[in-house]
Order: sequence, then structure tokens, then C-alpha cells
Amino acid sequence: MHELGIMTGVLDAAKETAKNAGATRLLEVTLRIGDMTEAIEDALVFAFEALTEGDPFTEGAKLNIIMVHPKSRCLECGAEYSHDRFNMFCPECDSFATELLEGKELQIDSIEVDLPEDDALAKN
Amino acid sequence: MQIDMKQPILEKNDAIAAQLRQRFADAGVFVLDLLASPGSGKTSTILATIDALRDEFNIAVIEGDIASSVDAEKIKRQGTSAVQINTGGACHLESAMIKRAVDVLDLDRLDLIIIENVGNLVCPTDFDLGENAKVMILSVPEGDDKPLKYPGVFQVSDAIVLNKVDTMPVFDFNEQAFRDEVHRLNPTAPIFPIAATKGSGVEEWASWLAEKIRAI
Repeated sequence: MHELGIMTGVLDAAKETAKNAGATRLLEVTLRIGDMTEAIEDALVFAFEALTEGDPFTEGAKLNIIMVHPKSRCLECGAEYSHDRFNMFCPECDSFATELLEGKELQIDSIEVDLPEDDALAKN
Repeated sequence: MQIDMKQPILEKNDAIAAQLRQRFADAGVFVLDLLASPGSGKTSTILATIDALRDEFNIAVIEGDIASSVDAEKIKRQGTSAVQINTGGACHLESAMIKRAVDVLDLDRLDLIIIENVGNLVCPTDFDLGENAKVMILSVPEGDDKPLKYPGVFQVSDAIVLNKVDTMPVFDFNEQAFRDEVHRLNPTAPIFPIAATKGSGVEEWASWLAEKIRAI
């Protein structure tokens, strides 16, 4: 259950960025989470809901999670291939000298915020 | 309005870990992050490892536990400095906790710091502590199927210590199946079968570690 800690970090960073941009509310957070991390989607969603509740700045915000499938490059033959989290061997030459290109992401991709100007535009 | 962030979630942890790594390198100290389940014999393995290496290296231990200082007391009784971190419920150690513990250690005097992470095969794998190597311990009674259930920890580990091998006849542990599965997940990681409390196998594991310490 380290998802609560992870999500606390996400919201701290998201709120800071939103406030620095002059936002009045945080509407949406999009994360990229690699399949080879230990962060579980359901637990992330649960933590997000628990942490956004009761704060007028984040209440009702939406969480998007983009799960990133593992991808590696073979250091012997140069092949690039997708794989599951168990089998990282190169499917072309069976080498195990490989480099993980994607699948370890724990990243805040983007946020969607309400800016006072957005309200002004909407009224016009 | 959409704002692009493209920011690592663990940015703060990673930044502190990078600072720690630099401090460790400057002081010439090797840092080992030890991962395992509760009851797998982490503290016994640490005690046996200290015994094997204390003539050559100055060693300190950072003990991570949810509560209590039982483990740190055990280490101190053996004459080795130990700092206890109580996470107060958190399931893993973070770099900021290590920084606080390191601040009370005399780094320049040390060659090796062993961090005993919180007993957990899941959460600690995502957190960089500034260590030189992560090593996991699996004990025979836990079963040979653990690589299938907890692939992440086997993948991040630089070596795997298989503890309590003296109990293998009692438990239905298929060592070949275990080795095959570990090899599939992490082909370059050596496996060291040991019985920490009996001392068997410790020499091979300790010499692997000693080589790493001498190399920095």
C-alpha cells in the first residue's frame, strides 16, 4: 500500500503547478504508470479519491491512468520488442543482454485546471 | 486549460537519493539495500555478514521497521553501530528517512552501510535510496513460487540470497524451479544459498559483497 504515499506526492506536485499557473481548481490528473512498477491501478484510484475529497481545490477531480506496457531493446542484435513483465529475453536472438525502454514509468503526464480566464471566456 | 508536467512522481525521493549517492561516493562507502519478507532472516543474515566482513571493513546498519528497536539492539549487541528508523506504519523506506539516519553516522569512517528495509516484497522496490546495490533475501519456508508472485523485487535485485536452506528437506522447496524462474526474471543475478544462523554458505555471499565494496 505505497500508493497513498505516491498519490500524496502526485497531488502536492499537481496542486503546486496548478496554483503557480493561477488556477482556481484542479480538474483532472493524467499519470503514466509502467506495468513493471509495483503501483496498482485500483489502489491509485482509491488513494486519489480519498485525498481529493474535502479539499475545495481538488474535490471532484478526475484521475486518468495511462498504463505503459514494457518494451525493451536487445543490446546484441538491436531488436526492439514488447514483452510482459516476466519474459524480458530478446525474442529474435534469445539474448538476455537487454535494456528496458518503457515500463518503469511513474510519471505525472499532465493536469487539467480551471483558470479564472476560462470562466471569463465561458461567460462571453 | 491543460498543463503539461512530464514530471516523475518520485522526483523528490529521487533527488534526495541522488544527493545521498554522491555523499556515499565522496566518502567511499558502499551502501546495500536489503529487501525481504518479515521473518525471512534479514537480521540474522546481516549479523552473519558482519561476522564475515568485520575484519576488513567498518560497517554500520540502518534498520527500517514500522515500530520498535529490537533489530537495532541486536546489531548493537554485536558491537556494530546501528540506527533505527521507525516508519510509523509506512511499508517502505524513502530516501529522506535514509538522509536523517546517515546524518548521525560518521561516513568517512565507514566502508559499508547495510540498510535493512521494511519487511515487504512489494513497496520498497520502487524507491531509490541512493544505494549501490539492492539484494533480496528469500527464505526456503516462503516457497519456491515467490518469483512468480513478486517478480518486481527479483528484477530489481543485484543478487538473491536464499536463506534457511538447512530447512529444505522439511519444506517442499524445488530449488531448480526457483533457480529457473529467477533466471528468467533476472538472468545476471547470482543466487547464494545460505543458512544464516548456521553460517553455511555465508562465505560465498560475503566474498561477492566484499568484491563490490573493494571495487568502489
